Amino acid sequence: MTVDTILAAEASGTSSGARTLTIVLFLVFVAATLGITIWASRQTRTATDFYAGGRSFSGFQNGLAIGGDYMSAASFLGIAGIIALNGYDGFLYSIGFLVAWLVALLLVAEPLRNSGRFTMADVLSFRMRQRPVRTAASLSTIVVSIFYLLAQMVGAGALVALLLGIKAGETFLGMTADTAKIVTIVLVGALMIVYVTVGGMKGTTWVQIVKAALLMTGAALMTLLVLWKFNFNISTMLGEAAEASGKGQAFLEPGLRYGVETAGDATKTLISKLDLISLGLALVLGTAGLPHILIRFYTVPTARAARTSVNWAITLIGIFYLMTLALGFGAAALVGGKAIAAQDAAGNTAAPQLAEELGKEYAGNGGGAVLLAVIAAVAFATILAVVAGLTLASSSSLAHDFYANVIKRGQVDERKEVNVAKISAFVIGAISIVLAIFAQQLNVAFLVALAFAVAASANLPAILLSLFWKRFNTTGATAGIYGGLIAAVGLVFFSPVVSGKGVSPTTGKSLSLFPADVDFHWFPLDNPGLVSIPIGFACAIIGTYLSKESDKDKWAELEVRSLTGSGAV
Amino acid sequence: MSTDVQPTDADAPDERAARALAMQASPEFAELRRTIRRFIFPMTVAFLAWYLLYVLLSAYARDFMASKVVGNINVALVFGVLQFVSTFLIAWLYSRYASQRFDPLAEQIKAELDAEAAPAATTTTTTTTPAPTASETKAAKDAETTKPAASGEAAE
Repeated sequence: MTVDTILAAEASGTSSGARTLTIVLFLVFVAATLGITIWASRQTRTATDFYAGGRSFSGFQNGLAIGGDYMSAASFLGIAGIIALNGYDGFLYSIGFLVAWLVALLLVAEPLRNSGRFTMADVLSFRMRQRPVRTAASLSTIVVSIFYLLAQMVGAGALVALLLGIKAGETFLGMTADTAKIVTIVLVGALMIVYVTVGGMKGTTWVQIVKAALLMTGAALMTLLVLWKFNFNISTMLGEAAEASGKGQAFLEPGLRYGVETAGDATKTLISKLDLISLGLALVLGTAGLPHILIRFYTVPTARAARTSVNWAITLIGIFYLMTLALGFGAAALVGGKAIAAQDAAGNTAAPQLAEELGKEYAGNGGGAVLLAVIAAVAFATILAVVAGLTLASSSSLAHDFYANVIKRGQVDERKEVNVAKISAFVIGAISIVLAIFAQQLNVAFLVALAFAVAASANLPAILLSLFWKRFNTTGATAGIYGGLIAAVGLVFFSPVVSGKGVSPTTGKSLSLFPADVDFHWFPLDNPGLVSIPIGFACAIIGTYLSKESDKDKWAELEVRSLTGSGAV
Repeated sequence: MSTDVQPTDADAPDERAARALAMQASPEFAELRRTIRRFIFPMTVAFLAWYLLYVLLSAYARDFMASKVVGNINVALVFGVLQFVSTFLIAWLYSRYASQRFDPLAEQIKAELDAEAAPAATTTTTTTTPAPTASETKAAKDAETTKPAASGEAAE
């Protein structure tokens, strides 16, 4: 590191000490998790070990792991960022992400555990023709997981730029800020591939458990410090956040970001409000259709243990999302929206910036550096645990659903299938790395919301109808999955997210994925859920009635097994 | 365990399917189904309605949501936190209901099914069915008339 970079870094508020400490803590986490992974690989012999951790986890362990799988960079960095920049509206995410667990608890977790083995498609194809249903389910699993992966990797890139404190025109270890971001994305991608290929579900689960403990501790510590700063008076904290935001009381009310009211433009107001409802629907209905969450239910021995896992997950996740209020409003009050937006226009760095500020408040500059380093390492741990879960879900589906059951029609050696899963993890990892490099300016919570929309539109209708509707059949399942998938992805493609949003008044960059001068959008909403979820259900139902297929025996077997667990593996 | 046992193979000779069909038609299974659905369906409707009310109020009742409760704490924040409270409460209620009302029934039916499956797994010829309940015997007979069960399918 040159003297210039050190000076520049210090000028930007990031000391080289913080950098070194972050890197050391991060390496400690990586070393520990790689150790776990290697240990797990020795315990992994059968396909059940690789895909489902030998179904040997307890409800509590799995509850922690679900928390570790679910509380992503979107939750920690994204929600804190949206609250810090736009106030109350970020809380909508927290609420939707939590309430969604009731769908999983009441309708999905237990019957899924009883009737499936390794993947979401096991349940969907139970009483259907295997090949078409598994092909569709595998495709939608991969699409959802890749959207979600992008969000995490973009978060990692944003984080590293803050930690290394690299400004435009400077370099760190010979890298510019943009290069450093890309290097981080590649590094995260490489690590997740290692976790999954070496450790399988056992390794991934333990990484998630460790991460959940770290994240809860880190968030609790920051929440405590924030509240302490305001003498545990939440009203004072909110008041100061509102004042610092320059938006006054509106900062504490819904409407600054979602459902924005534009005076004199009724159409624009209506669209914005519909977008809010659309987002709300996608969040609450998406969780129970996320493949990487669903496969976690297979890691416990019984349906009852699956129920216990969800209860623990709801407890952890609920407490965590309540803490995001303190993190977001705390960042708004103590760091200030301007400083956050200057670092990352989407707000993804609000939480680590808050950590640095809190450390300074309580223990001077050195304290700031230490707390920043700790929280940054926690954020990296968070990202790594989630991407590992996503890679496992998508590679499991590619190997078990597509390779073993579609291509090989179920006639395949177990060892071979697991090898294919490992190769798939490489391929999916590589694809996500490349895509993430192109999606860097998007807010991570927003990207995750898109993944939720696809999950709610393509997966949830098929899962629910499969478990509860006697008449449901192959045509219905495939029509529902493809219909929901095409509707969700297609509407996003023709939405302002991809083109036509114009340029940001502050940075001058395009607000859409495409450059500002390209505009082919015709769908007005950012989130497709409001339209694509009903399309998913409609396609599934109409598709069912278009076919006479109906297997009474299989339905009896599925229903009896899903409710009693008799015959479950 | 092999890579994919395919318990779902459509052409599998199927004692299990026969048992499942018989069980599905039995009054005790109907009771099990009713027990769980009586709770989960109304509760799903309730929490989704309660959540959508919150989302709609956020979109369309800005003045109401903005009204102050105490200090800088407004209705929007309280409403949001109440969504957390209701989620915790419903999860607790469900778990209590399921373990008291649903699990014992499910366990009992599972035990019956497994007991029926066990002899079929070890012997390939006999038609011994250990002590089925009265309701089940009738259902099983019905099932057998429509679909003669092939033997030899091992239970998983």
